[in-house]
Amino acid sequence: MAMMNMVQAINNALDLAMAEDERVVLLGEDIGKDGGVFRVTDGLIDKYTGNRVIDTPLAESSIIGASIGMAIAGLKPIPEIQFAGFMYLGYAQIVNHAARYRSRTRSNVALPMVIRTPVSGGVKTLEHHSESPEAEYSHIGGLVVVEPSTPYDAKGLLASAIHGNDPVLFLEPTKLYRLFKQEVPEEMFEVPIGKARTVREGDDITIITYGTMVNVVEKALEKKPGISAEVLDLRTINPLDEDAIVDAAKKTGKVIIVHEAPMSFGVGAEVSAIISEKAIYEIDAPIMRVTSPSLPYPMPGYENYYIPNEKKVLEAIERLLEM
Amino acid sequence: MLKDAFSATIKYMQIMDENGAVDQQLMPNDLQDQKLVEFYKMMNLARNLDAKALSLQRQGKLATYAPLLGEEATQIGSAMAMRQNDFAVPNFRQHGVYIARGLPLEQFFVYWKGYEEGAAIDKKLNMTPVIVPVATQMPHAAGIAFAKKYLKEDSAVVAYVGDGGTSEGDFYEAINFAGVFKVPLVVIIENNQWAISVPRAEQTAAQTLAQKAVAAGIDAIQVDGNDVVAVYKATRDAIESARSGKPYVIECLTYRMSMHTTSDDPTKYREDSEVEAWKKRDPIARLGAYLRAKGLWDDSKESTLKDEQLKSIDEALARADEFKPNPDSIFENVYSHMPTVLEEQLENAKSSDYWQ
Repeated sequence: MAMMNMVQAINNALDLAMAEDERVVLLGEDIGKDGGVFRVTDGLIDKYTGNRVIDTPLAESSIIGASIGMAIAGLKPIPEIQFAGFMYLGYAQIVNHAARYRSRTRSNVALPMVIRTPVSGGVKTLEHHSESPEAEYSHIGGLVVVEPSTPYDAKGLLASAIHGNDPVLFLEPTKLYRLFKQEVPEEMFEVPIGKARTVREGDDITIITYGTMVNVVEKALEKKPGISAEVLDLRTINPLDEDAIVDAAKKTGKVIIVHEAPMSFGVGAEVSAIISEKAIYEIDAPIMRVTSPSLPYPMPGYENYYIPNEKKVLEAIERLLEM
Repeated sequence: MLKDAFSATIKYMQIMDENGAVDQQLMPNDLQDQKLVEFYKMMNLARNLDAKALSLQRQGKLATYAPLLGEEATQIGSAMAMRQNDFAVPNFRQHGVYIARGLPLEQFFVYWKGYEEGAAIDKKLNMTPVIVPVATQMPHAAGIAFAKKYLKEDSAVVAYVGDGGTSEGDFYEAINFAGVFKVPLVVIIENNQWAISVPRAEQTAAQTLAQKAVAAGIDAIQVDGNDVVAVYKATRDAIESARSGKPYVIECLTYRMSMHTTSDDPTKYREDSEVEAWKKRDPIARLGAYLRAKGLWDDSKESTLKDEQLKSIDEALARADEFKPNPDSIFENVYSHMPTVLEEQLENAKSSDYWQ
């Protein structure tokens, strides 16, 4: 075990994956000599020579599109898009090809590839550097969407994504990159995709969350030790761990879904619908959502008015407990 | 100071003219008579298959279809220049490329009837399935070429794109990527003069489409795309160049004699006189004239060939008609493992009778 932050954990997973499989190649803007703008790929270009860490031209569509071609031809590419806000230049490649090549060819051609990109805000960056687009990509069908909230999960989920045989969108919350360290095994290990994690157990209320908000929910609950909350970290957005969602919801009968992405048409709506369909008679209060408002991510000067904070979470908890 | 920073020229090549006369100096020395007969047969097969598909679509037996009529030399000449281990990346009109590289005709029919099973191409044939969004296959081709080089496989990738496709960002991104990483990529621009209703002259102010390669720092040539010999030679030479780390772009000047797809009516936007003028440059007639002048072809061979090809097309269609769609397969092939949500949706569909 070693103490790692999320950047170190992801770097370590990439390092081990490249060591065990020569078909694994990394490509993206500034990921080589510069080590990526967040230094996630730092040092890998020196360790793995021979075109295994590729500084590409500044062109997102061909970063994704060439990765698709590499996967077709037998490689396991791990493209990095510098920020999720820039991914739309490669969006057509993701929607039209990455997500549907297996379906298009009746599994004759699978695309084992992992698209890594930083998401979410709270770190005072420019426009287009802070969005939380997980719902958009989960809606397509065919694309696995993963978002870790801890260094341990980041390493284990990335390992599973690389070892698997599906195109995976791996969302890395920038706020969590260096927020805290955690004991992480130095050897390769997997955290299964599609399985949520019970962060804490409780009987009064169920909070379903993921990404940046796991930490916010935990901090909020630390302030109110009298509240016994069941907290579920989804970890995989698509496909959702429906069993874990339904079990957690039934356990307390009171559910709040917390995410940083805007409310409307979001993951909260999907989770809420699943609970309604499968556990409505065991729910004894409205299912609530604590999210960012339904509007484009603002400039950094306004982001504290936008992202849900501990106080907003606590207010919702207290309101729901009173019902 | 003011001086020339850069200049480039694009050459045009024609080897066999409209009447079947050949420029002997340019004639490739590996093109024996028998090979030209083979080209002739394959171009005819493409045309006969295309005519059958169009007729089936009109009877409601195929979904929308994109005819290749007039573009046989570009497709067959380039496909015949490829080796088995080279890799083809077509767009959606390159039926000639697929069949020349060995796609079973019944699979062509299964695809155009509207079933994904037709896109599950035997991996030994080294080609990607039909890609509909224009030019989006180009970055795939660049990535496949990258992988071929990385894996040290002796394979060049030949990608196809139309004249309209060269206006797409993915076209430029792909050739730029190929130039930077020196991957074995050959791009065939199948310039059939029309992108649905927009003529070549309105697609770009560039004098040639080949010159777009110059901006990516890679070599290019323009050829008579209705001259199968020129297309063959250009592709063969380009594959050699690509294998040595120099990607290549070939613009083939041809003509879409038919509609864009079966949903299109070209009389709305182009003159019959233009179509008539291109008829005189027909790719099959010119090779036929050459073969007849050399005593390699005659009316009897022509009629036997047509009978044989129509028979094999009908037999393939009969096999395609036996294909039984399996609706479960639309659920089963989305992920490596079927998630709960799809299991439930499939179960729900199967437990009711709305599928009947």
